[in-house]
Amino acid sequence: MSGITVNEKDIAVPGEVLGTGMDILPGMGTYREGDRIMAGRLGLVMLEGRTIKLIPMSGRYMPKIGDTIICKVIDVGFNGWRLDTNSAYSAMLSMKDATSDFIARGANLTQYYDLGEHIVCKIANVTSQKLIDVTMKGPGLRKLKGGRIIEVSTHKVPRIIGKQGSMVMMIKDATQCNITVGQNGLVWIEGSPVNEMRAINAIRKIEKESHLSGLTEKIKSFLETSQQVN
Amino acid sequence: MSYKQRIDNRGFDETRPIEAKVGVIKRADGSAMFRIGNTLAYAAVYGPRNLHPKFMQDPQTGILRCNYNMMPFSSSGERVRPGGSRRSKEISLVTEKALLPVLNLEDYPNSVVDVFIELPETEAGSRCAGICAASMALADAGLDMRDLVSAVSVGRVDDKMVVDLDYSEESYPDGPVADIPVAMMPGSGKITLLQMDGEVSKEQLKEALEMAKKACLQIYEVQKKALKEKYHEVE
Repeated sequence: MSGITVNEKDIAVPGEVLGTGMDILPGMGTYREGDRIMAGRLGLVMLEGRTIKLIPMSGRYMPKIGDTIICKVIDVGFNGWRLDTNSAYSAMLSMKDATSDFIARGANLTQYYDLGEHIVCKIANVTSQKLIDVTMKGPGLRKLKGGRIIEVSTHKVPRIIGKQGSMVMMIKDATQCNITVGQNGLVWIEGSPVNEMRAINAIRKIEKESHLSGLTEKIKSFLETSQQVN
Repeated sequence: MSYKQRIDNRGFDETRPIEAKVGVIKRADGSAMFRIGNTLAYAAVYGPRNLHPKFMQDPQTGILRCNYNMMPFSSSGERVRPGGSRRSKEISLVTEKALLPVLNLEDYPNSVVDVFIELPETEAGSRCAGICAASMALADAGLDMRDLVSAVSVGRVDDKMVVDLDYSEESYPDGPVADIPVAMMPGSGKITLLQMDGEVSKEQLKEALEMAKKACLQIYEVQKKALKEKYHEVE
């Protein structure tokens, strides 16, 4: 028997048979065993023609070149900073990628970024052994002052941002908060305390209902009702 | 004398009632609860995360670290002395070996995936319950897995082969007893854990493995359902 045995948006568990036949192709998160396509992780089934792929629903952040992430400074060395990336690996920010200022030999680097401070940075390089280099050169990359940081699932980040940033823009407009979403699942929110809480509640709602359709409308009405309360 | 009827009136190939739930520990990356009869296991998965001590790091692959712990009040008999013991160390090791074949940690060099299995209530079959819970928790943590792992203990009570022995059967006084914990990958039918305490004949072992296979498939269905239910809750 040949064919796909699951439907789009089904939830597949590891080892589940998704389809049978050599004409069906294994996509991301799946593997072929004999003529069967099996699930290689827990995920949401997506069908693209003859390809079956799985969208991950949980898991830690995996560093990727080009991602904009929010990091915490955990160590200051001779020629740079070590950053916690909210993944299994720490990142290195070297002096030359941090600033174009002249820094004298032996200068105190904590005057730029001190221990415990959070920064928005971009991943410049990742090696096979997951050594990460980040840079501060680019639009919007800066040190974060004030506000608060919350942690969300890294796989929900695209839904929080929305198409071309539509979702996060909607929250920003409704709550008058500054929001920066890091690909590594850290979100920085700054505004008045009441508005910060409204933004957090909206983000938590997106996180919980991210795999359902009609999300934008739901969040829109959610933001409107929370406005009336305040 | 022969063992005609099981003490709790189950069929010889029938397991105790099973219950499973995923996502029970909020702060963990993945978690699960698995109950079989009076044996209850919670598993929490953290990682992949930074591995210390550094000499344990493997630049080619991430490693799996399991910790099996029976809580002091968990046993139906005497109080369990808290902390590690020879027994818990062994079970932690075999759990790790039972779960490794399904995991692919090559994408996470130098890191570790920690699995903590806690048992607040036990009555025989605790390592199998632990493995079932751990495999669901690993899937919930979003790791690359070829399959789930289902485990059950089978064995011999007097002249009969039975599935899922409870404490009264493990300590059956009127005849020989053998306890055989089995873990397998239900998709491929491969065995990842096989231990035995006691004596059985070759034929009996074959019969026991067949029974284990059937029971594991039943357990697999429960595990699968629990994993899917977590994401259907909102709908």
